[in-house]
Amino acid sequence: MNESEFFIDPSRCIGCQACVHACMECDTHRGRPMIHLEVIDRATSPQTTPVICMHCEDPACARVCPADAIKQTDEGVVQSALKPRCIGCSNCVLACPFGVPRYVVAIDQMMKCDMCYDRTSVGKNPMCATVCPSEALYFGSREHIERTRQEKAINEFRFGRQTVRTKVNLMTAPDVDTLDFDIVRFMPGGEGTGGIGNTTLINGQTCELDPLLFPAQSAAV
Amino acid sequence: MATLTLSEKEYIEKFGPHLNYTPPGGWTAQQPDKLIKTHCCFCGVQCGIQLKVKENKVIGFEPWEEFPVNQGKLCPKGVQRYMQNEHPDRLLNPLVRTSRGFQEATWDDALDRTVEAIRHIQGRYGRNAFALLGGASMTNEKTYLLGKFARVVLQTANIDYNGRLCMVSAAAANRMAFGVDRVANPWSDIPLAKAIILAGTNVGECFPILTDYIWRARDNGAKIVVIDPRITPIARTCDLFLPVKPGRDIALANGILQVMIERGWIDRQFVENHTHDFDKVCELVKKFTPAFTEKITGVPAAGIVRAAEIWGPAETSMLLHARGIEHHTKGVENCLSYINLVLASGRIGKPGCGYGTITGQGNGQGGREHGQRCNQLPGGRDIEKPEHRKFIADFWKIAESELPGKGLTACEIINAIETGEIRGLLSISFNPMVSIPDANRTRAALEKLEFFGCIDFFLSETAHHADVVLAGSLQEEDEGTVTTGEGRCVRLRNSVSPPGNARVDWQIFLDLARRFGKESYFPYVEAEDIFRELTAASKGGPVDYNGMTYSKIEKNMGIFWPCPTLDHPGTPRLFEGGTFFHPDGRAKFHAYDYRPPAEDVDVEYPIFYTTGRVVSQYLSGTQTRRIGALVDQYPEPLCEIHPVLAGRLGIKTGDRVKVSTRRGELVVPAQIVKTIRPDTVFVPYHWAGKKSANLLTNRALDPISKIPEFKVCACRVEKVAPVSDNGKGNAK
Repeated sequence: MNESEFFIDPSRCIGCQACVHACMECDTHRGRPMIHLEVIDRATSPQTTPVICMHCEDPACARVCPADAIKQTDEGVVQSALKPRCIGCSNCVLACPFGVPRYVVAIDQMMKCDMCYDRTSVGKNPMCATVCPSEALYFGSREHIERTRQEKAINEFRFGRQTVRTKVNLMTAPDVDTLDFDIVRFMPGGEGTGGIGNTTLINGQTCELDPLLFPAQSAAV
Repeated sequence: MATLTLSEKEYIEKFGPHLNYTPPGGWTAQQPDKLIKTHCCFCGVQCGIQLKVKENKVIGFEPWEEFPVNQGKLCPKGVQRYMQNEHPDRLLNPLVRTSRGFQEATWDDALDRTVEAIRHIQGRYGRNAFALLGGASMTNEKTYLLGKFARVVLQTANIDYNGRLCMVSAAAANRMAFGVDRVANPWSDIPLAKAIILAGTNVGECFPILTDYIWRARDNGAKIVVIDPRITPIARTCDLFLPVKPGRDIALANGILQVMIERGWIDRQFVENHTHDFDKVCELVKKFTPAFTEKITGVPAAGIVRAAEIWGPAETSMLLHARGIEHHTKGVENCLSYINLVLASGRIGKPGCGYGTITGQGNGQGGREHGQRCNQLPGGRDIEKPEHRKFIADFWKIAESELPGKGLTACEIINAIETGEIRGLLSISFNPMVSIPDANRTRAALEKLEFFGCIDFFLSETAHHADVVLAGSLQEEDEGTVTTGEGRCVRLRNSVSPPGNARVDWQIFLDLARRFGKESYFPYVEAEDIFRELTAASKGGPVDYNGMTYSKIEKNMGIFWPCPTLDHPGTPRLFEGGTFFHPDGRAKFHAYDYRPPAEDVDVEYPIFYTTGRVVSQYLSGTQTRRIGALVDQYPEPLCEIHPVLAGRLGIKTGDRVKVSTRRGELVVPAQIVKTIRPDTVFVPYHWAGKKSANLLTNRALDPISKIPEFKVCACRVEKVAPVSDNGKGNAK
């Protein structure tokens, strides 16, 4: 297995889709890309981001699969749904916190990025990261990334109370260790600022609210 | 009369563009017979790529990670390029015109007709009444051959190429400023720069692989300034974005220089020892204060000052530009005004310090060096210089008096067809119906031709007008060299042979020469024979390839010219030690005041119209409009409109809008985006017929380079009714 790691930096993405086209070239799924490109909001920005599988340590897609169709290799690569098992229920599509799996109607099967397993398992680099013109997708050593990039590679994400660790790294600001997706984390009393003070329930999340921002709720507490 | 004999729909039904989505043999995993290390057939970056070949078909590709320029990287066009092989639209036989389209012909018939028509036209109207058009997608070998064919066989002065629509403003400016026409630095200098100005270059979409070079500079702490009327992908994360109003580039460059002079960010020693005419520029730019410059350019004064603050005191720097500042009636002046910023800083000819135009076409550099331009002979020689004429005439073993003089440029050739001065045309690697401004006039001109011959692999929209179509070769079906945007001559390998009865382009010219009894001037058995002659012809010239051979190029993964002798390693970086190519070794500043575009906005046509490219299409789309996955990515031209302008015009995203200029109109869907100036609309130009952005553009030419003004003219925009059910539309 290739010792290299995967790094994604959406700030470098130019939206060209070379990754998506190149993904189609992989022998195991020739003609069908298993990654996609998100155009964030073309009306306001040319911002785009490539979406490859993050390869979670404990993949939600596999856990919610009623047919046990999604397997993880010994190296931690989360594979596409196995054709004989996949029942096309799309539980995985709904469960993935990163929006990765896609249910392909034509073949009644979920397909997703398997980190070019057929290539990486024989020491080659994944197609998408090899062709990516801007290195928004990069496959190589952590040492190289740490030496050349100003951004920091992280692989821990907090979705509400759930922490997800992934095999694939996301480049983010230099002083960030984990990425939080709920703003309450950043508010007074959020975990980042130490301890939980007087609490109010917002979307199932406990934290302290700033009375200036939410006077009514705070008064009610 | 080269009028059309079928409807547009019938041409499309018979000759495409049809969309190919599938490689030969289908999408199954196939073991190739061989992997060919060659280059992409599209832009001037010329990425290395390995083509997978099985049974004389290109069945896929594998990244070529060892090639130093792109290290395996490719853009979507490069990934999909092999879908042009085994394409249903591929021309497999010569075609001759009938009363209803074309019929297949034998090579003898097609070539005889061509030669007979050339003889007839030249006999009746004179040698210059027959013109040749070439292209910068061709190998160095083919461009050399075409130039020699024009001068030795047809003896016509009128040969030019589609680089006239692309690189010529920068080329002329480079010769005027530096005495040589080549990018000053290898791309590997970009990541070493601490300040980068990108002026009118949509790097992310037009030269995607160079994006990584820019990002690496940013990783190293570089500040990046992007100057463009649109927030392009490279601009999204830059340090400073200057939204210049179309056609105002000179004023902006002068404004930045004014601040540099005022703040003392001038390398006086360099200017004193290595340049001329800085005093003239100082005098001129005095009036370009930030406030004055803001009024002309639409760029905030603070942004102009900030640009000078980034550029002026930088330790190292690169200034790169492309068609955005070059496609103007003052394209040469624009380039020279930006070159002033480089010369004033003294930062050129050193690691991480320099300048360059990013050449657009695959052989944009080499295509302008070996003699397919109307004013040029091989080795970058000047057709009007007696000593250059003598050298080439002697080399070709013809009398100097027989060598034609300077001819007309590409757009002027179309104009001369319009006036009847030119009666016959042979074109290769050029699709003027899509790429030359004012397409209605181009069509009318083509219709007047007494004979029109085309060498092409697909039937382009221009070739619809042809009397004879000679089925030529795709890049991977021939071999030779191209010289990339950084001046690196690289080797293209033959991967497959042409299908059916199609032939290798250069052999077609040999056959034509034979029919004129001139075969002794073209004794080539293989492409390398032409290369050997080309390099020898360049010996001692301004563009010296004399020390290059195929094996040397392959071994070194490309050689940068000048390379005068076999033991010379080539010259990746020019101007080291501040030595320029003018006879006295100095560079020249040029003082140009701002003047408005040929057609500025007014009450009648109040909005700027500008054109350009999208990442998934290439130039006139002859190849890329036939590749399904690329077409799906951006299927048809959209008109980018800012929401403020759209609001005033009552236009929403997806509405069909009619864009009109004094020359024509175009109906396309609107794309409302905050990434374009509210006084400007943008339409990409890769499409033909009713979707051609060049129906609207202005064929006004730069007085020096003769490049047309693609990047600015005046238009009106209005909403039209949606397409009705019968598909005909009911636009008022």
